[in-house]
Amino acid sequence: MSVALDLFSIVAIVAGAFFFFAGSVGLLRFPDSLTRLHALSKADNLGLGLIVLGLLPRVESLLGALKLLAIWALVLLSGAASAQLIGRALRRRGGDE
Amino acid sequence: MSVLQALDIGLALLVLAVAVWTIAAAEIFGAVVAYVAYGLLLSIVWVRLFAPDVALTEAAIGSGVTGILLVTSGARLNSAGKASAAAPPRLSLRLSAAALAIVAAAALAGVILTLPDPGPTLAPEARRELAATGLGNPVTAVLIAYRSFDTMLEKIVLLLAVVGVWSVAPDRFWGGAPAPLGRANPQGALVLLEQTLVPLGILVGVHTFWVGADEPGGAFQGGAILAAMWMIVMIARVSEPPSVNSRWLRLALIAGPGVFLVAGVAGLGMAGNFFAYPDGFAKPIILFIEAFMLLTIAATLPVLVAGPPRRSPKP
Repeated sequence: MSVALDLFSIVAIVAGAFFFFAGSVGLLRFPDSLTRLHALSKADNLGLGLIVLGLLPRVESLLGALKLLAIWALVLLSGAASAQLIGRALRRRGGDE
Repeated sequence: MSVLQALDIGLALLVLAVAVWTIAAAEIFGAVVAYVAYGLLLSIVWVRLFAPDVALTEAAIGSGVTGILLVTSGARLNSAGKASAAAPPRLSLRLSAAALAIVAAAALAGVILTLPDPGPTLAPEARRELAATGLGNPVTAVLIAYRSFDTMLEKIVLLLAVVGVWSVAPDRFWGGAPAPLGRANPQGALVLLEQTLVPLGILVGVHTFWVGADEPGGAFQGGAILAAMWMIVMIARVSEPPSVNSRWLRLALIAGPGVFLVAGVAGLGMAGNFFAYPDGFAKPIILFIEAFMLLTIAATLPVLVAGPPRRSPKP
């Protein structure tokens, strides 16, 4: 059972790290601010979500698991809101620099 | 070399690279973003040095509050057209600044490298006397018990900073309110963030203060989180910055150092010494002082960010 859980953790964390890597590549390679924003928010949402998922079997208490999930939810909230705000600011400025 | 060592060296190099970026950035905004990233990296460094209390403070104050102060100052400088008007300093001035920085860095490096091993520390003493305070977190004991006078004076420095910011107000605006922090008609995403994040953030801020007695955290970190929540409320235009004449604001600004000072003077009568706590009552008194400091920090930092009054006082 513990081997299966360890394997689950490894797969989920590696997948999360992959999304962060892909998001970073997108941030560096995409041509304009809106597409870069798109790459970044995917990395935050999915990458951190998968890493939290992989860490869940390793927490010592239920409270620890809830804290991890709360951190993910807060990052989702702030990431989505700030992506909206940056996107609007870009459109108002009318340029994609 | 273990994996952790390699990560630590990578982290140190990253900190240096971001520091160089902060100095070299062409625009004010870019430099501020680099500075915020620098502060967040530094807080990871503090975690790696097993100093989570310092890490929390660095993330909240060094990165968060200083970051928004710099962003707002940069925006004001830009809109005043003063940011680019100043001519770059002369080469001789820049060279002497670099020389001074190199000498200071070399002196610091020399001191660090010649420290005896293990380094001198008061940590065992701090831990030995911990039981007398009733606290579980030695950092809080140092701040509010062992060197409480210093901590009280630090809060007075914050008060002096507010006086300094307010004193640049033109006479006709004295007694009025600072300019609003956000635009009129805030965007939906900002309002949503304010409605969902602020209740949670207040909970987290009070929790951080409360667990600070026994675990990493404390009034300063909790107060900075509460201050951030009030700033979000003001940026989303749910409430406006209070006028500098407002009585509750002024009471909140002096509550922390005031209660601290009264408790310190009361120590003369109750425990026989200035800033001494009576036996067995140390923890409740410390938490009582910290609660008012939490209020003062949560009020002071947004007032600093809001800046001097910009509107005529209401009759």
